Amino acid sequence: MATLQSLLTRIVYAVILLVAVLVLNFSMMHLAPGDVADTISQSMGGADQEILDQIRADYGLDQPFLVQLGSYMGKVLRFDLGYSFFYNTPVTQLILQRLPATLLLVFTAQILALFIGVILGVISARKPNGIASHFVTILALFGYSAPVFWTGILLLIGFSLNIQLFPVAGMRDVTIEGGFWVHFVDIARHLVLPVVTLGSIFLALYSRLARATMMEVLGSDYVRTAKAKGLSEREVVYKHALKNSLSPVITLAGLQFSAVISGAVLVEAVFSWPGLGTLAFQSIIARDTPTILGILFFSALVVIIGNLLTDIALRFVDPRVGGKR
Amino acid sequence: MNKFVKGLAMATALTASFATLTKAEEPKMGGTLITVLGSNVRNLNSAVQSGIVTGFPGAQLFASPLRYDENWEPQPYLAETWEVSEDGLTVTLNLVKNATFHDGMPLTSEDVAFSVEVIKTNHPFKSMFAPVESVSTPDAHTAILNLSRPHPALMLAMSGQLMSIIPKHIYGDGEIKDVKTHARNNENVVGSGPFKLTEFKNGEHVILERFDDFFIEGRPYLDKIVMRIITDPAARAIAYENGELHMGAFESLPRIINRLKKVDSLTVTSDGYGAIGPVDWLAMNTTKGPLADVRVRKAIAYAVDKNFIHKALMQGTASDSTSGIHPDSPFYAAQEGYEVDLEKSAALLDEAGFPVKDGTRMSLTIDFGWPGVKPQVEYVKAALKKVNIDVQVRASADFPTWAKKMGTMDFDMSWDTVFNWGDPVIGVHRTYDSTNIAKGVWSNTQGYSNARVDELMAMAAVETDPAKRKALYGEFQQIIADELPVYHTNTVPYHTVYNDKVGNPPLGIWGSSTPIDMTYLKE
Repeated sequence: MATLQSLLTRIVYAVILLVAVLVLNFSMMHLAPGDVADTISQSMGGADQEILDQIRADYGLDQPFLVQLGSYMGKVLRFDLGYSFFYNTPVTQLILQRLPATLLLVFTAQILALFIGVILGVISARKPNGIASHFVTILALFGYSAPVFWTGILLLIGFSLNIQLFPVAGMRDVTIEGGFWVHFVDIARHLVLPVVTLGSIFLALYSRLARATMMEVLGSDYVRTAKAKGLSEREVVYKHALKNSLSPVITLAGLQFSAVISGAVLVEAVFSWPGLGTLAFQSIIARDTPTILGILFFSALVVIIGNLLTDIALRFVDPRVGGKR
Repeated sequence: MNKFVKGLAMATALTASFATLTKAEEPKMGGTLITVLGSNVRNLNSAVQSGIVTGFPGAQLFASPLRYDENWEPQPYLAETWEVSEDGLTVTLNLVKNATFHDGMPLTSEDVAFSVEVIKTNHPFKSMFAPVESVSTPDAHTAILNLSRPHPALMLAMSGQLMSIIPKHIYGDGEIKDVKTHARNNENVVGSGPFKLTEFKNGEHVILERFDDFFIEGRPYLDKIVMRIITDPAARAIAYENGELHMGAFESLPRIINRLKKVDSLTVTSDGYGAIGPVDWLAMNTTKGPLADVRVRKAIAYAVDKNFIHKALMQGTASDSTSGIHPDSPFYAAQEGYEVDLEKSAALLDEAGFPVKDGTRMSLTIDFGWPGVKPQVEYVKAALKKVNIDVQVRASADFPTWAKKMGTMDFDMSWDTVFNWGDPVIGVHRTYDSTNIAKGVWSNTQGYSNARVDELMAMAAVETDPAKRKALYGEFQQIIADELPVYHTNTVPYHTVYNDKVGNPPLGIWGSSTPIDMTYLKE
């Protein structure tokens, strides 16, 4: 029951936070000079004043601020995210069109980075001064400090231009025909470079953290006891030590869900990945308030779901988490 | 009189269009052309959305009455023949008999009348159809545009992406002003152009396929066009190089253009941008401070070295521009440039009453609207320092912030890029017309006002004799270059890139904003 209650409390907080975020962002968008009519005019190579006024009237941009805010929040409370000014499409439809691509990219990168990061961390923790350990340190340092747009372009030049192994941009090749597996392989090929690029940041974080916690755990009493018991090195590391060193890593991974949008923007831009990140970026540039707020709404949802998943995962590796304290 | 407007009675559209085929090579049928759009598409309905991104798919989906050849001569398209009355007040379009929309409904004069109404109400360029009072439809294949005054600019406005004929039976179900937000602007789009819409995925691609009942027999050549949306210029460049993209237009980064020029399989050309006519300039607010004095504006022109802009910043990819009309336009009259001359510049500033005091003569600000032109702005700052003008660069957070400053004339100088959009009446007048001051971005944001210039533009707008019209614009350009409300520096280095496989890419005056029914793939 306690679990359910804590869950409910969290949801209530999340809703309050969400409303605050929407109001704050709506106000901030309003404070900036100029509006979406200007960017619409930009996309058309200029427009006569008459047309600009008409666009403002159509979208209610000529109304007082509080009226605009009130009508927007009213809609949100009825679960209607409104119409995108810039694309004349319902915001929900626009986002749902883009969400799968982003989730695919971010989840794949996260999971691979988590898996490989932990393995690398463990390997280097076992021999902290070995060659493998130094290699992991250098890799992590590089992955964390290299800007993704640079890594991305470098990978493109290497593996799309010099060695033409992977496609340059997009998520699929629309000219190929075939069954499910043909498309699966096609999307997988398009996914490789963006995932490597995005994953390199996550990988750096996870491998360093896994290495540090693993080293700490390996020096603790119960590991020594396990060794003294005559268990094999392998069993000690993977059965006893690893489980305990995982929780910080999983907590960090949970926090990284907030990077769904922020981390993916640049990677999506470099690889023309048709995801939420590029949509968010373009909507901010275009001052398309309903779309920006809609994306915030959805990314908040993703973060909440991500945190719940993290909780469940933590309970799985560390039974103490779920119990009463 | 009216020589140029007398419709050339071409037997069929077919013969005329074959004349524009530059290569003698036999075009091949079939194939999928993979091309690219450099930014996301807002709206596919080119009757209500202007701009270069919509122009490409828009011109494939919708047909217009006329098309133009490389020599700026009108050619039949939806209009088999056309005729302008002696007094220039009626323009009769005789439509082809066999044109149908993608849903099978015949295209009639009713659709033309409807489209004119929609464009007049919703299209951003009011000047295109402002003099059109009504459209009469004596029969299904004749549309007569009744004008309140002669309007030679109408000819170019009836071509390219500017006059898309949209079906009344689809877009006429609500109010005319609501067509710009019509649900079928982005899905199930129905036009009469050579290609019909298969799929539009926001942020991903626009896919078009051959319209088998297109009114020109045997066209288009291609089976399918895939327009991928790739916003990163570096990624596009790699995709041209490795063959993932067959063709693309509006590439404008000098570094990338020069790199692609070195690739054997690619052709990179600046042909095809004459009608769109993009020009860069240094805008100067003529209504306040030192810049109200024409001598100060001239002093600035003498201090800014265009050569540096052309060679160092544009790396040889842009052409000179001296007058506000794009150099490829038939109305262009090259003006004497302002060769860099710091002494002359200093003398002009002294004369204008701005002597050097404590090392500076004056302080000015300079704005820019997008990051791509920051080098130009920084260069202006450095160049003007040499004549003791202190320049402060003001960045804008985004386009609307800058647009607001421009639209309300809250600036001294700014870098700006403006398009001609065909006839000078459409895209050039707006910058110099004294009745269009401070009406949003890309209006007369310089506050420039000259009675003779207004008069010349008014006369040129109704002058039906092309030679006289050219003379009027000649004088106009001379005054503009002399009084410098803006200092014209260069054309925008737009380039079209295509690989060996592409036959007859769209390099006419409207570039990619034309139907590519004659483009084909060689293998």
